[in-house]
Amino acid sequence: MIHVQGLQKAYKELQVLRGVDFDVARGSIFALLGSNGAGKTTVVKILSTLLKADAGTAGVSGFDVATQPANVRESISLTGQFAAVDEILSGRENLVLVARLRHLKDPGRIADDLLKRFSLTDAGARKVSTYSGGMRRRLDIAMSLIGNPPVVFLDEPTTGLDPQARIEVWQAVKELAHHGTTVLLTTQYLDEAEHLADRIAILHQGRIIVNGTLAELKQLLPPAKVEYVEKQPTLEDVFLALVGDNGKNGHDRNVGTNA
Amino acid sequence: MTKHFFGDTAVLLGRSLRHIARSPDTIITTAIMPIAMMLMFVYVFGGAINTGSDSYVSYLLPGILLITVASGIAYTAFRLFMDMKSGIFERFQSMPIAQSSVLWAHVLTSLVANSISLVVVVLVALLMGFRSAAGVPAWLAVAGILILFTLALTWLAVISGLSAKSMEGASAFSYPLIFLPFLSSAFVPTGTMPGPVRAFAEHQPVTSIVNAVRNLFTQQPVGTDIWIALAWCVGILIVAFAFAMNTYRRRIA
Repeated sequence: MIHVQGLQKAYKELQVLRGVDFDVARGSIFALLGSNGAGKTTVVKILSTLLKADAGTAGVSGFDVATQPANVRESISLTGQFAAVDEILSGRENLVLVARLRHLKDPGRIADDLLKRFSLTDAGARKVSTYSGGMRRRLDIAMSLIGNPPVVFLDEPTTGLDPQARIEVWQAVKELAHHGTTVLLTTQYLDEAEHLADRIAILHQGRIIVNGTLAELKQLLPPAKVEYVEKQPTLEDVFLALVGDNGKNGHDRNVGTNA
Repeated sequence: MTKHFFGDTAVLLGRSLRHIARSPDTIITTAIMPIAMMLMFVYVFGGAINTGSDSYVSYLLPGILLITVASGIAYTAFRLFMDMKSGIFERFQSMPIAQSSVLWAHVLTSLVANSISLVVVVLVALLMGFRSAAGVPAWLAVAGILILFTLALTWLAVISGLSAKSMEGASAFSYPLIFLPFLSSAFVPTGTMPGPVRAFAEHQPVTSIVNAVRNLFTQQPVGTDIWIALAWCVGILIVAFAFAMNTYRRRIA
C-alpha cells in the first residue's frame, strides 16, 4: 500500500534522510519510531505530497508521490503534528467543510455520523476554540476520515495529550485499522508503538535501522530471563485508576526490554 | 483537479466569510483608523488647509478610501499567516482540491471585507457633509478603480502572508502603504510641496488614483489621470500576482 525506497532529503547542509526504505501492507498499522529530529515528519510530508524528496521513490496506493501527486491526494489523508482544525468554526462546521472539499454528497449527514463516532455530538455546535486538547485531536482525526481514504498518516497523534485523551486516540486508531484503513503513524513514545502497531520501524540518523513486528524486535536482544520483580503501580496506573478511564487501562507494562 | 476550482474556492470563501462574520471587529478596526484620520483632518487641520475646493471632506475622501484599503489588507496577510501556522493550510494542500483555490478564497474575502469597510467610511463621510452629484456611471467607475486597487494590494498582502516568519511581520508591510497617501495629493494639493517631494508625490500611484476618484466625484473631466491610475493598479496587480504565485509554489513544493 505504501512503498518507500532509497528516500533522501536534505535541508540545505543538513542531511535528514539518508536512504529510507520500508513497505506498509494494506490494512495494517505501521509505526515509525524515532527521537525528535529523526526525520519522521519529513517522511510523512514527502508521502503526503507536501515536500519533494531529493532522491529515491515513494508510492502510495500504487501512485508515485512525485509524478502523480493528485492521485496520491485522492487516496490519503494527513493528520499533522498539530491539530489542523479551524478554531473559529464549530466542530460540525469543520467536518462539513472537509466533506464539501472532498466533493461528497450530504456533508451534513457525514458530519453528524462522525461526531457520533468520536463522541463529539454534544460539542458539535460549539466553537472549536472551546475544545480540550483531546477533543481537538479527535475532531482532527475525524476530519481525516471523511471520504474514507484508504491510507491515513498520523504524525505524532498523541504528543501533548493527557493520558485519557491518549487512550481515546489509540481507540480511534485501532478502530481505523479494524475498518481496513492502512495507518502510518509516527511517534516518539515507545509504548504507543508497542500498543498499536503491527510493524515497527526505528528511524535513526536518517536511516531505518530495524523494521519488524514487536516479537521480531524483541528477538534482537538476548532471550528474556526470569526475574522476580515487585510490581509497583506506575503513576499512570494510579492516575487512571483515580480519575477513571472507562476501564481500558489493562495493558501490560512489564515488558522488560532492558539491554 | 481544476474542474473543482470554482466549487472549492466557493467553499473556502464561505469559510473565510464566516470568520469575518464571527469577528466583525476586523472590519470595524479597519474602518476606525481612516475615520479617525478623516475626523482629525476635517475638524482640526482642515480649517487651515487651502485646497481651493468648497468642502474639505469631499477633497479628502478619495485619499481616506485608499488608506482604508491599505489598512484592511493587513488582515488578509494575517489570516493567511494564521492558516499556515495552524496547519490547516497543510491539510488543504494534502487534499484533492484545486490547489490555488486556497489563495483565491483569501483574495475574494479581502475584496468583500474591504468593500464593507469602504461603504462604512463613505457613510461616515456623508454624515460629515460629503456630497457628490456624480451619477451611476461615475460611482461605478470609482468602485471599479477601488476594486482594482484592493486586488492589487491584496496580492501584495498574499506575498507577505506566505513568506512572513511572525504575526507582526505578516502585517507590517502595510504601514508604508498607509503612509503613502500623505506624500500625495490626498491631503493637500501637491503645488505647495518643495521640488523633490513634489516630484515624488506627482509620480507615485496614489496621486493619480486620488485625482481620478476626486474628479469622478466632482464631475470634472478625468483626463489622463484615470489611465495612469488604471495602469498603476493593473501593473501592481500583475507583478504582485506573479510574485505571490511564485512564492506559493515554493511554499507547497
